[in-house]
Amino acid sequence: MKVVIMGCGRVGAQLTKILDAEGNSVTIIDLDAYSFRWLPPNFQGTALVGNGLDREVLKKAGIETADVFVVVTQGDNRNLMAAQIAKHIFHVPKVVCRIYDPLRQELYSSLGLETISPTTIFAQMLREKIES
Amino acid sequence: MYIIVIGGGRVGYYLTKALLSEGHEVVIVEQNASHCKVINDELGGVCIRGDGCETAILAEIGTGRADMLIAVTGDDEDNLVSCQVAKHKFNVARTVAGVRNPQNEAIFRQLGIDVTVSSTNVILERIKEEVPTHPLTHLLTIRDQGLELVEIKIPAESKTVGKQIKELSLPEGARLALIIHQSQRPKMPSSETTIRAEDRVIAITSADLEEELRAALRGE
Repeated sequence: MKVVIMGCGRVGAQLTKILDAEGNSVTIIDLDAYSFRWLPPNFQGTALVGNGLDREVLKKAGIETADVFVVVTQGDNRNLMAAQIAKHIFHVPKVVCRIYDPLRQELYSSLGLETISPTTIFAQMLREKIES
Repeated sequence: MYIIVIGGGRVGYYLTKALLSEGHEVVIVEQNASHCKVINDELGGVCIRGDGCETAILAEIGTGRADMLIAVTGDDEDNLVSCQVAKHKFNVARTVAGVRNPQNEAIFRQLGIDVTVSSTNVILERIKEEVPTHPLTHLLTIRDQGLELVEIKIPAESKTVGKQIKELSLPEGARLALIIHQSQRPKMPSSETTIRAEDRVIAITSADLEEELRAALRGE
């Protein structure tokens, strides 16, 4: 599977590590080369410095032939824009994006984007912990 | 009209001022408290502090009854999301997004934004108009049909000077609309019209034929 991931924070790097270890071809994009310190030393894929909202950067990352695009930068709006470019312009078969704001997540999932709100999920998990 | 402006930077501020003086009802949403204060001091209580992408803020200012939302923050992605939230959550009829990266104009339109304004492109076109040697200027885009209104200058050294229009091999999809020669009145060209030095030709063409048209008119 060919995967492009945008945003190399803890989550992006962790996901990269898992997918890479499973033998997938992973390209990870971040604005700051310093972020790539999170990547495992034996990373087999490509780390690309650039703005993932830029079509040329996405093309360089191989988005035109990617099976999956995941966007996990810190900005909800950046994530939403990148996910829509991947889905509607490059027609990547599977696009997943992180949205912190639960209201925005609801709206965009109703518009057909595959979105995850860590805020909602984590609050729910905490609630369950308190219960037990 | 009730118009909502997202972003109280320079563009948002002057835009709001102009819209108010035209008698529109305007609310401006700005995150920075001190920008908000300046706007409210100068323009009256028109500025609400908050994030223009957030449903709660947009609901509070009555986006549901807005005729238009214009997003002109400094970040393209924020403008996109503001417009999309307004459109899909509040059914605002017209959304306008400011665009910094000219590439994003096409992307935003594909994603359903009604109107995009790229300040970079506007400035570039103005510069091209002012530079006398620049052979082709875009005057207007007729978006639905992918047509453009362009102006092409004919320099004195062009091979086409002294030739009639019918002698030129103009591309099929292009139409000459007007020829302006220095101080004379503009003329609608016929096939017998002769090209003269320093003519300015106004033509309608599809975007992909514009280079071919320029070359044909200037004999390049």
